[in-house]
Amino acid sequence: MAFKLNVNGKAHSADVDGDTPLLWVLRDTLGILGPKYGCGIGQCGACTVHVDGTPVRSCSLPVEGVGAAKVVTIEGIGADPVGKKVQAAWSALDVAQCGYCQPGQIMSATALIKGKAKPDDADIDAAMSGNICRCATYTRIRAAIKQASGQKAQA
Amino acid sequence: MAADGTFPLSASRRDILKTGVGAGGGLMLGFALAGKGAAQAATAKLNTYVSIAPDGAVSIMAKNPEVGQGIKTSLPMIIAEELDVDWEQVKSVQAPSDPALYGRQFAGGSAATPLHWDELRRVGGAGRAMLVAAAAQGWGVPAADCTTASGVVHHKASGRKATYGSLAAKAATLPAPDLKTLTLKDPKDYKIIGRSIAQVDTPAIVTGKPLFGIDVVVPGMLYATFEKAPVFGAKVASADLEAAKAVKGVRHAFVVEGGTSLDGLLPGVAVVADSWWAARKGRDKLNIKWAEHPTSGQSSRGFAAKAVELSKAAPLRTERNDGDVDGALKGAVKTVEAAYAYPFLSHANLEPQNCTAQFKDGKFEIWAPTQNPQPGRELVAKTLGVKNEDVYIHMVRCGGGFGRRLMNDYMVEAAWIAKQVGAPVKLIWTREDDMRHDFYRPAGWHFLQGGVDAKGDIVGWKDHFVSLGENGQFGRSAGMAAHEFPARFVPNYRYDLSLMPCGVPTGPLRAPGSNAIAFVVQSFIDELAHAAGADPVAFRLKLLGDKCLVGVVGRDAYDAGRMAGVLKLVAEKSGWGRKLPKGSGLGVGFHFSHLGYFAEVVEVKVAGDGAVELVKVWVGADVGRQIINPFGALNQIEGSVLDGISEALTQQVTIENGAAVQSNFNDYPLIRISAAPPIETHFVKSDNSPTGLGEPALPPVIPALCNAIFAATGKRIRQLPIDAAILGTA
Repeated sequence: MAFKLNVNGKAHSADVDGDTPLLWVLRDTLGILGPKYGCGIGQCGACTVHVDGTPVRSCSLPVEGVGAAKVVTIEGIGADPVGKKVQAAWSALDVAQCGYCQPGQIMSATALIKGKAKPDDADIDAAMSGNICRCATYTRIRAAIKQASGQKAQA
Repeated sequence: MAADGTFPLSASRRDILKTGVGAGGGLMLGFALAGKGAAQAATAKLNTYVSIAPDGAVSIMAKNPEVGQGIKTSLPMIIAEELDVDWEQVKSVQAPSDPALYGRQFAGGSAATPLHWDELRRVGGAGRAMLVAAAAQGWGVPAADCTTASGVVHHKASGRKATYGSLAAKAATLPAPDLKTLTLKDPKDYKIIGRSIAQVDTPAIVTGKPLFGIDVVVPGMLYATFEKAPVFGAKVASADLEAAKAVKGVRHAFVVEGGTSLDGLLPGVAVVADSWWAARKGRDKLNIKWAEHPTSGQSSRGFAAKAVELSKAAPLRTERNDGDVDGALKGAVKTVEAAYAYPFLSHANLEPQNCTAQFKDGKFEIWAPTQNPQPGRELVAKTLGVKNEDVYIHMVRCGGGFGRRLMNDYMVEAAWIAKQVGAPVKLIWTREDDMRHDFYRPAGWHFLQGGVDAKGDIVGWKDHFVSLGENGQFGRSAGMAAHEFPARFVPNYRYDLSLMPCGVPTGPLRAPGSNAIAFVVQSFIDELAHAAGADPVAFRLKLLGDKCLVGVVGRDAYDAGRMAGVLKLVAEKSGWGRKLPKGSGLGVGFHFSHLGYFAEVVEVKVAGDGAVELVKVWVGADVGRQIINPFGALNQIEGSVLDGISEALTQQVTIENGAAVQSNFNDYPLIRISAAPPIETHFVKSDNSPTGLGEPALPPVIPALCNAIFAATGKRIRQLPIDAAILGTA
């Protein structure tokens, strides 16, 4: 059946089975390729998007559960002032290695800072532990979150 | 590449020369003349790598696959430096796989920097010389009187200047200079090399632009999933193809006969649909029965038991025998005997294996996240019965390499499926497919005896290495060189070898061989240091001795002076020797691999329940006189260190009933941010040519961690992953 979705402020319609995970609707039906498939079971966070502002693993959210909620992906997060700062910090510190997990990392980091303007290390550990970086760029992820939230980045 | 996934320097050196000639020739071959008239507006191709547009924009081809090692940035940086342009003018363009133009293109062995450092500086310098010649001819002045800066040629005496953009069309018609007579820059004049420069794809990464193999979209494309047997290579006995086809969106479901080589196309069932989710749902209906297979009884436990059995028997052969080990051990003041073991590991690239393929008019077009496109092309051609030149490969960014994508199994699967369905197909493996069908880091077993004399020197070292392999040959990446340290540093040294056959596919994982051997060697050295009552750093410095270079450069050279240099530096920076509270400890390890010398110190805290907390890691690194891009260099080192820690703490693939037990990140955990310690890196800038950083920082951290745990708890880790349960005091 056709599901109406609001993604990055735009209305979309997707004619898919209701059990299709949001991730695959975004990627294969709507051509929004920023959210990534990593594990399919909510373990790695590469597919993280915001659903009404909350970071969600889109690989594990059936499209029929989205309803009228506003979905924001990495493609749309730059429209948010915090998201834009996070992206800028990620660029300035050149956080990425392969870069595959980074859309998910940026989505989680943005939600963190939106919830707590100046997260400390424990906040970062708690909010970011659902996102695996296989290249292990964790030192820079931490520093970029500090920088984006106006705290002194760690050396 | 050697069977064990390393790139022997001697062969590589020969290839540099070959590639160098190719690149030099390319200066002549490569041009696309700007043509006449309207040509003024066209971009001029100066050589295989460099094109310059009239507005001065410089395009530089990035020849190697980008897997996150930063090569799409660092190799063009080398060219841009000697071309003498501003980095801001440069656009790095991913080259396709084209061996005739670029020679070997691969991401492996941390080889790109040492292989290209000289060659690509000359490519850039040649382009600069052609632009200078074009300007000098136009002005009627000697080229030697011209200088360059930031993409402009200057003639100081007359005050004239001309941009590269205005000169490029003419320069492209001039003969390429002799690469050997080029004058290259003095490193003190570098403006790009040595600068921290963000990866060229960073803006696209942070905004979620499609970059990766999994993001490829081809018009009319279908989506495929491919299920193979849990027991590697088992054939399909039966499958309910009709049930799969009955699922909405599924277009095709069919059995792929496949072959018997674990490196090639294996048997399985393909489901092809309008979307990947539909293909997966179809796959769930297949109810596949797999045929019996000769390796369906193998298990990790079985391999371990067999290893113990083999260790007690005479070895298959002796790889090295210096002096009289048995005599030395008899005469030693203290002897230590220990058995070390490490498991199979998965690469766990975060982007699961995938490939998009299209078969049209007898030719394949392939978009592959591969570290090694050329063998992939040959595998596709051979398996599908076409010529190599009828397989065109676009190299797309890889969501992690780590050695997994040196193998091209996913490429031949995508090609086969695309040909069969007659439409472009994007094959995506599930995470479970990826973890259960890897080319695993081979497990291995070392049975060691060592002895120290009254002076505290190691007088005897004996290793009976039981590895995987058959017919007298190591399995892929299961080898250990006969000159592996501490051979040549211990007077009485014997390395015995036994092999057992294995039906588990194995292959190179980041720092192949070294990622296991460093753990064994540096842990056992630590055991001997403690047996001798010596400080572990002082003991190691004594072992390295006053030898400088041993062995032959390009074959088995080991520069003990460089190793001692990084060891002393890291000891100093980490405050080695300082007192720590109970339950805390410092550990050290060093290892030479991929032409890089690394020593690392780890500080740990071990809780009463055995939980290990990493407080900090210090790295001493010697990769030569020049760091090309400090941003990338530090990222590679820090990533390698955390990768090694992750392997040591949690990773193992267990084989049961012929198949991998682990299947996803819930049972194969990777390190997360909360467990990642700070890392402090210090370089020794020795006067050696620069070498690569993708791998050599990984091996020493594993023994450094295990040795730190010993310092904190008195418990010796001889088996990976570390079993926290044995560390608890509660």
